[in-house]
Amino acid sequence: MSDDQASLLSSGEDFVHLFKKGAEFTKDLLRENERLRRELAAIRERQESAARNPEDWDKLRQELLSRIQSLEQEYASMRQRLEEVEGENHVFAERYIEVEEENNNLANLYVASYQLHSTLDLSEVLKIIIEIVINLVGAEIFAIYEVDPNNGELRVAASEGVGPEALPRCSVGEGPIGEILLGSDPVCIPQAGAEELSQPLVCIPLCIENRPIGAIAIFRLLQQKGDFSALDHELFSMLGGHAATAIFASKLYSQSERKLNTIQGFIDLLTR
Amino acid sequence: MDRQRILIVEDSPTMRQLLVFALRRLKDVEVVEASDGMDGLRKLSSDHFDLALVDINMPVMDGLKLISLIRGDAKLAGLRIAVITTEGAEEDRRRALELGADEYLTKPIQANRVLEVARSLLKQG
Repeated sequence: MSDDQASLLSSGEDFVHLFKKGAEFTKDLLRENERLRRELAAIRERQESAARNPEDWDKLRQELLSRIQSLEQEYASMRQRLEEVEGENHVFAERYIEVEEENNNLANLYVASYQLHSTLDLSEVLKIIIEIVINLVGAEIFAIYEVDPNNGELRVAASEGVGPEALPRCSVGEGPIGEILLGSDPVCIPQAGAEELSQPLVCIPLCIENRPIGAIAIFRLLQQKGDFSALDHELFSMLGGHAATAIFASKLYSQSERKLNTIQGFIDLLTR
Repeated sequence: MDRQRILIVEDSPTMRQLLVFALRRLKDVEVVEASDGMDGLRKLSSDHFDLALVDINMPVMDGLKLISLIRGDAKLAGLRIAVITTEGAEEDRRRALELGADEYLTKPIQANRVLEVARSLLKQG
């Protein structure tokens, strides 16, 4: 279990504890109410008997005044306690909403990273990246670029909403996407035009040990998608690391498979 | 009370897993997955479900075709349908609702909204 999940669990337990405290407090109030009812009934009985004797009547009046004073004090203290509990409850309710949102965000990040590392097939990895960018980020037009290690040129490995030929050609250090690749952090460019394919709205460098191996460039968002949320930025960072690793691992796996087949071919030839 | 059953009809494994995660928080609910409209129809024909969460763009059989087939089948009359799609245009929403969908949600999804809609359609508190 991660620290975040442990923290969420702990917050959940705190919340349940608060509710239990609230239930106990309500039970106490009900018991107190019952006790006061009984006392009131006893006082009424004494009042009726004292009405027949003036001395008893005065004594009873003093007792009642002192009782009223003590009840008023008790009432004030109870009211103060109730306000405190209500305040605590409000704070916990707000915290609960925050924890819920955090929980949802973590679930999204978990699912995205789980899916990214669920396969060693490059085409599957690219498909999963596309699914994440559509379904979790809400992008309509975007491309996944990969860097050609021989000349640093960026090649479109996969695209959505537009053909590769319509997308800008660039290389590491050149053009809007290539320049962003010189850094390793995702960059959002809010002023980019909605119809403009030369300038992405978001560019996420895919880096392995600070070496760029590709990029995800988002050119247009779905019409219902609003501003980028905190989760979107978390997703961009997660994709920058995990998508890069998944692509890199799938390529290595494919290369090792090919080498293994070649070696197996040689062995078969020699042992035939 | 019997467990209520939800069918997720969605071709993206990522979305299916996300929806399963979100729906886990519902009480006494079983969630079943189908990878396209045809798979969904098969599962709906062989088992009882209370709610179907249906994507629109899917291979083999799309969501709109599936909804029209469900609404044309008297045996599935009690099934509630929520569409979850990338299509955010008003005409897409109207079309799905006219075909018989009960709710229309657009991606990217918010887990809380999915829960809220599922609770409401399943008539859970």
